[in-house]
Amino acid sequence: MIEMKNIKKIYRMGSEEVAALNGITLSVKKHEFVSVVGPSGSGKTTLMNIIGCLDTPTEGSYKFEGVEISQYDNNQLARIRNRKIGFIFQKFNLLPKLTAAENVELPLIYMGMPGRERKERVAAALKSVGLSNRSHHRPNELSGGQQQRVAIARALVTGPMLLLADEPTGALDSKTGEEVMDLISELHSKGNTIILITHNMEVAKRGQRIIRLHDGLIVSDEEAVSV
Amino acid sequence: MKFSQGIKMALSAILSNKMRSFLTMLGVIIGVAAVIALIGLGEGATGQVSDQIESLGTNLITVNLTGGRNRSLEEDDIEKLKEKPYIESIAPYFSGSAIVKVGNKNMNTSLEATSPEYEDITNSHVQAGRFLVDNDLKLRFRVAVIGVEVADELFGHRNVVGESISINGTPFKIVGLLEEKGSSMMGSADNRIIIPLTTAQRLLRNTSIRSFYISADSPETVDLAVDELEAYLMKKFKDENSFRIISQSQLLSTVNEIAGTLTMMLGGIAGISLVVGGIGIMNIMLVSVTERIREIGIRKAIGARRRDILFQFLIESMVISGLGGVIGILLGITGSNLIGRALNLPVAISPRVIALATGFSVTVGIIFGLYPANKASKLNPIDALAYE
Repeated sequence: MIEMKNIKKIYRMGSEEVAALNGITLSVKKHEFVSVVGPSGSGKTTLMNIIGCLDTPTEGSYKFEGVEISQYDNNQLARIRNRKIGFIFQKFNLLPKLTAAENVELPLIYMGMPGRERKERVAAALKSVGLSNRSHHRPNELSGGQQQRVAIARALVTGPMLLLADEPTGALDSKTGEEVMDLISELHSKGNTIILITHNMEVAKRGQRIIRLHDGLIVSDEEAVSV
Repeated sequence: MKFSQGIKMALSAILSNKMRSFLTMLGVIIGVAAVIALIGLGEGATGQVSDQIESLGTNLITVNLTGGRNRSLEEDDIEKLKEKPYIESIAPYFSGSAIVKVGNKNMNTSLEATSPEYEDITNSHVQAGRFLVDNDLKLRFRVAVIGVEVADELFGHRNVVGESISINGTPFKIVGLLEEKGSSMMGSADNRIIIPLTTAQRLLRNTSIRSFYISADSPETVDLAVDELEAYLMKKFKDENSFRIISQSQLLSTVNEIAGTLTMMLGGIAGISLVVGGIGIMNIMLVSVTERIREIGIRKAIGARRRDILFQFLIESMVISGLGGVIGILLGITGSNLIGRALNLPVAISPRVIALATGFSVTVGIIFGLYPANKASKLNPIDALAYE
């Protein structure tokens, strides 16, 4: 589903050039569960941003579902982000003034879906994360774990091919973190493709495959050994 | 994203901070209220003035002779003019001011000395008693027809026919009470007295007649009547600067023009405060965008395009100023009615002005909201998400 060839992301700082990604080549198939690990500064967030179409590479080819998107314009990228990719962030990134249901509804509004259909999809998404009874609560009325689950529901609501999770348990205690990872594993077993970045090896090992980044390059890419 | 969605989002953003939204709207509210009230009072006054001018008859023509004392029209001139086509009736007159006294009460009033034709030409009919008649002029009777304001002031009632009144020291008998005409910016039409022309000539020891009220057959033939007059007067005096002819319809259009300009000026000044209100909106929208950088990043991450964000913020500022406009219109209407009632001024607010004010306030929202909305839409989602 994802094919990246020699992806580079270079920033110009004054007269110096800093390469956040120095030539990444990788491919991810459908239904895979990939964990990306590495120390800070290794480029994993940059890689995530490019995979998630929030940013474009300076060099290299990125084929998403067979289509070359490395030169896509902002509107085209937005469309992919809306329909094909679901984001899960460390800090949840829910809109504080909207209820859980309204937060989950947002991608559908940007998709142009009519109201009745939206309500159905939102209900289904919240049900799949076990939060149907909290749909009218605002984020400040929910626990961290519940907020992350709402965020996951939001990521799922447009039926995307790919879920990208950036340190999904980073802001949660270990027990809640476990619950959220259980949910993500469940989503994987239901057929979703998952790419997750983390520096927590326990979390990383939930995936099938662990890619290790260092200084903008892949240093290892191997099957996870389950504990 | 559909328009109705945008409005919903805008309204919830506005309602989430009512105090701030209200203060932001205040500029537009005041601007629109001022526009509506000032234009309403302006057009009300104009309407009243033109109504008053019209009530004197739109086929009224005024002729004034200028220059030396020996320039005047004699009886036979008047007879000849009366026979001309389009000219119906002529009333020569003097006007000035006089002090009238009854008992120990006195007041300043405007005095007109004229002939019986004056009644019909200027629509000055009596509600009690009679107007001047030919005999009054023939025999130089000291009789007067007075306006209701004079009666109210000096007598305290309107049963004044037959009473005596002193005009600049000379006693006169009241033979008639004029109908009430009301007042306007041009002055009170009820504060005047009318005496026979010849009586005044004798009292003032002056016989030259230099002013005339003339009525044309009909409002349509006024211009033709004016032409006839001009031709006659040119032939007689051979100097076109020796006389001035003003027709009522001319006067009316001049008044309307002046009033129109005045109203526009007032509207323009009030419009400036709308611009100030717009600047206030732009200011707050910029602050709002900065406060919501993270939110914008999130929205973009889940698929909002640049135009979705632009739209969202633009609609927000349009709703703020539009709402401010509606409140301002209501405030302007009530305010001008209150002021009108308090100061006894008429108010005329047309749907056209309301539509103008609404359009203006929404436009202000669009213009002053564009820059902040554009700024918001251009934010890079990665940077925006990282913003604390």
